[in-house]
Amino acid sequence: MLNQLPPLKETPSQTAGPYVHIGMTPSLEGITGPNVRDLGAGPVPGNGPRITATGCITDGSGAPVIDAVVELWQADADGNHTAAWARIACDGTGRFSFDTVKPGRVAGPDGKLMAPHLTLWIVARGINVGLHTRLYFGDEAEANQSDFVLNRVMDPRRRQTLIATPSVADGKPVYTLDIRLQGEGETVFFDI
Amino acid sequence: MSKLDLYGTEGLLYPRDRAWHPPADTPGYKSTTLRAPKQALLSLGATKSEMSGPTFGHNSLQPLDNDLIRNFSQDGGEAVGQRLIVYGQVLDENARPVRGTLVEFWQANAGGRYRHKREGYQAVLDPNFGGCGRAITDDNGYYHFRTIKPGAYPWPNTGNDWRPAHIHFSVFGHAFAQRLITQMYFEGDPMIWQDPIALSIADPAAVEQLIARLDRHNTTPMDALAYRFDIVLRGRRSTMFENRPEGN
Repeated sequence: MLNQLPPLKETPSQTAGPYVHIGMTPSLEGITGPNVRDLGAGPVPGNGPRITATGCITDGSGAPVIDAVVELWQADADGNHTAAWARIACDGTGRFSFDTVKPGRVAGPDGKLMAPHLTLWIVARGINVGLHTRLYFGDEAEANQSDFVLNRVMDPRRRQTLIATPSVADGKPVYTLDIRLQGEGETVFFDI
Repeated sequence: MSKLDLYGTEGLLYPRDRAWHPPADTPGYKSTTLRAPKQALLSLGATKSEMSGPTFGHNSLQPLDNDLIRNFSQDGGEAVGQRLIVYGQVLDENARPVRGTLVEFWQANAGGRYRHKREGYQAVLDPNFGGCGRAITDDNGYYHFRTIKPGAYPWPNTGNDWRPAHIHFSVFGHAFAQRLITQMYFEGDPMIWQDPIALSIADPAAVEQLIARLDRHNTTPMDALAYRFDIVLRGRRSTMFENRPEGN
């Protein structure tokens, strides 16, 4: 057919379902052996100071989302997107936790540097299209002030749903960002 | 063009047609009720964080990753069921092949039973079937794997719902904004049109895009039927006035 714009439609999304772990974190279901392994497990590779990025995912009633899988994609400390990808299944309390590096700054669409951030993508039973969000760092207040994306969030209260709280555990920086899928304090999700 | 239109020399992705995808809240599929965001998604326009994405080489794969009949064999035996080859081409919306991208798949066994600790269906596990695999698309964007046809299975959604036979797919593309999870159904299955999850998609033409076609030409004699399932990822805008080796 001529002159179709664009010629094809994107394949529609479907939920990852309750059994997403079989495909994405098979060892959790005892699917192990010489021919099976989990991709994206373990410490995230990349240059930079090691950190823990963690949080709990809750639904509109406040219940933990215990069956979600979260993927992480980020720049390394030099601001290069090379190989820093990981994924993890939430535990029985809805918690995800990545052993990763603190990213550097990457240029935004306006040519200015964005504040350091992690890109997160969440899939689960009951999520029809995977949800994109970001984790910014609470100890980067100055960079966050001028960040292209944070400034696109008109309501400053909602901006806070993207900024993780810093702390230290066993000498290692920890950044905690709870993610609320729905309702009060609902996390900002992106159509990217 | 203004600087906001382009990111470097890469064209931005076409916006996702949200009317073609299922909406977040689809009451017929009850699990969405408390998990659907109520606020509008914030339209971002992709930045480098979303226009880049992880890459996977063949060293990411295990030798039997595209053979679900044998990749969980416990005793040298093979998985029980109707033997299938599932293959297809991963394209973008401009009909360009998406080369060298990771495709993952998972499914129930021939009886419709998933190997999962939260599964409550009475059908028995197949000791030789794990139910997951992976492939990387070739230079023309094709993937293929061998498996058995999954059974339909019951779920408690409205008390006694049954899902049509299906295979879950996860595809990466080359930009994190292209990331997609979906499900493949089988041509001719009447249960597709009674399934709250398939019908979370409003447009029947979009549901049709998830239905693999029986491909008699590519069956393997005395071995396996073949189904073709092509997958389309988001396409990129042209950057008309810049030199791009791959052309428009």
